[in-house]
Amino acid sequence: MTEPRPLRVVIVDDEAPARSRLRDLLADCADELALAVVGEAANGRAAIELVAAAPADVVLLDVRMPDMDGIEVAQHLQKLERPPAVVFATAYDEFAIRAFEVHAIDYLLKPIRLARLKEALARARSAPPRPGALNEIARAPRTHLSAQERGKVYLIPIAEVLYLKAELKYVTVRTATREHLIEEPLSKLEDEYGERFVRVHRNCLVARAAVRGFERAVQDGEAHWEVLLNGVEERIAVSRRQQHVVREFGKS
Amino acid sequence: MARSINQNAYAGALPNFRNLGIMARILVIVNLAAATAAIVKNPDMLAAWRQFIESSALVEPLLILSLLVLAALSNVLRRIPYWVAAMVVLAVELALATALYLAGRILLGDEPSPLARYWALVALTTVALLAYFNLRGRALSPALSEARLQALQARIRPHFLFNSINAVLSLVRKEPQRAEATLEDMADLFRVLMADNRELTSLAREIDLCRKYLGIEQLRLGERLQVDWQLDTMPRDALVPPLMLQPLLENAVYHGIEPRNEPGTISIHVYAVRDELHAVLRNPYREASDHHAGNRMALANIRERLALHFDAEATLATRVADDTFQVRIVMPYIKSREP
Repeated sequence: MTEPRPLRVVIVDDEAPARSRLRDLLADCADELALAVVGEAANGRAAIELVAAAPADVVLLDVRMPDMDGIEVAQHLQKLERPPAVVFATAYDEFAIRAFEVHAIDYLLKPIRLARLKEALARARSAPPRPGALNEIARAPRTHLSAQERGKVYLIPIAEVLYLKAELKYVTVRTATREHLIEEPLSKLEDEYGERFVRVHRNCLVARAAVRGFERAVQDGEAHWEVLLNGVEERIAVSRRQQHVVREFGKS
Repeated sequence: MARSINQNAYAGALPNFRNLGIMARILVIVNLAAATAAIVKNPDMLAAWRQFIESSALVEPLLILSLLVLAALSNVLRRIPYWVAAMVVLAVELALATALYLAGRILLGDEPSPLARYWALVALTTVALLAYFNLRGRALSPALSEARLQALQARIRPHFLFNSINAVLSLVRKEPQRAEATLEDMADLFRVLMADNRELTSLAREIDLCRKYLGIEQLRLGERLQVDWQLDTMPRDALVPPLMLQPLLENAVYHGIEPRNEPGTISIHVYAVRDELHAVLRNPYREASDHHAGNRMALANIRERLALHFDAEATLATRVADDTFQVRIVMPYIKSREP
């Protein structure tokens, strides 16, 4: 038997003193538990990019952070090829704490105690996180979608998405500048984002804010509506079944 | 000695006759009484209306004269015991009524109903008004609102307490002296938060508290928190309700700074215009911020306390413009008697 390799830990917190404190505590743990702090991040985006580039075993994740909260960060981390174990840290957040307890997700209360941190690290090593639980405790739709291409993670702000189109097992995410492929069912995205998108076709959700107008078009001798979008030339066909969408837009 | 809202054990107190809200209430109540009397006396509405107009000719001069005299006597009245002051008010009213009655007889030459009837009416109205203000004072008295004030005051965000402790813990090993200083500031802050805050405090002290609070937040947030103090023309001797500004700054940090990756600026501008004190706080604002309840809570709390101290003379207004959230407090500029 070889000695187990050290636990690779990443610290994510927007406040520098909180990161520094965790570093101190992890150093204290090191006597009993082989571990190495492989990275630190001050926001969610940096954290996801960091872990995608250099895999980690455990991510200590602050819940309340600007732009992207810890729970969303964890959701994106789950999608990585080798998802790390996540331990949340929170100072005071009744909602999150209750949700964590209900879904048996491990969390640390700030100020964090050394003994409790050791326990969480030991547990993280053995128990992989349950993917569904995170979606259930998320308070709001994700602010970003994450796409992985050639080992790199792209975070696409949801506000930049013009449309989502299902193709085989992937969904194409179209922004004004490029396309990404993500592996999520279109219906789940529709549920998550609700009113932000409108379904114009069985396989396509269009961002309401991106709709510039509608135009009649004839294809194979059959007339149908097409959606004109802000920022791209491309048009999206409205299916016969979803024609009422055109009328509803006219009203609002 | 800072000015207190009312005496300690509530013995009753006259309202502040220089307060616009109080004046407006007196005007409205007396006119309503006159209208009621007119309607009671006349079954016909048109006749009642005529009667009301007629009686106005008697009521309004007395009313306006009374308001002027009481406003002039206000400071004297506040210094003497309640029951004596109430008697003085009654005497003043009767004297004014008599003077007007005599003046009316001499100038207009008409012979109205006997003076005793006017005395009775004036005395009844005055007693009724005094009773109303006494009850109102009791309802708003610190004794009753204290529990609510205390409860609201304690509502510094627990979030802040735990984050600060955490920040101090991070300093203990590397910068013990800074940790000490921060704990001292926290102690000062909590001392005020837990104090009996019924008495007005000096603006300089409130600003000092704000500086300590922001200092603690700075520790956590570093350069993300920028503060722009505009206090060059601030009257340091002004009196304000304690914790008038600090909770607003806490809101500003929580809603304006913490949700941002980029640095943001909180600006604090305090100045006096003649006898008005203005305090304007601004912080960056982004619509997506999802916690609004705490915000409204703090605003409602401060509004309530301003009303308790200054009635209609103080206002708290908020507005959102150009990605900035602004709170403006306008209140009477009361000078501290302390040197």
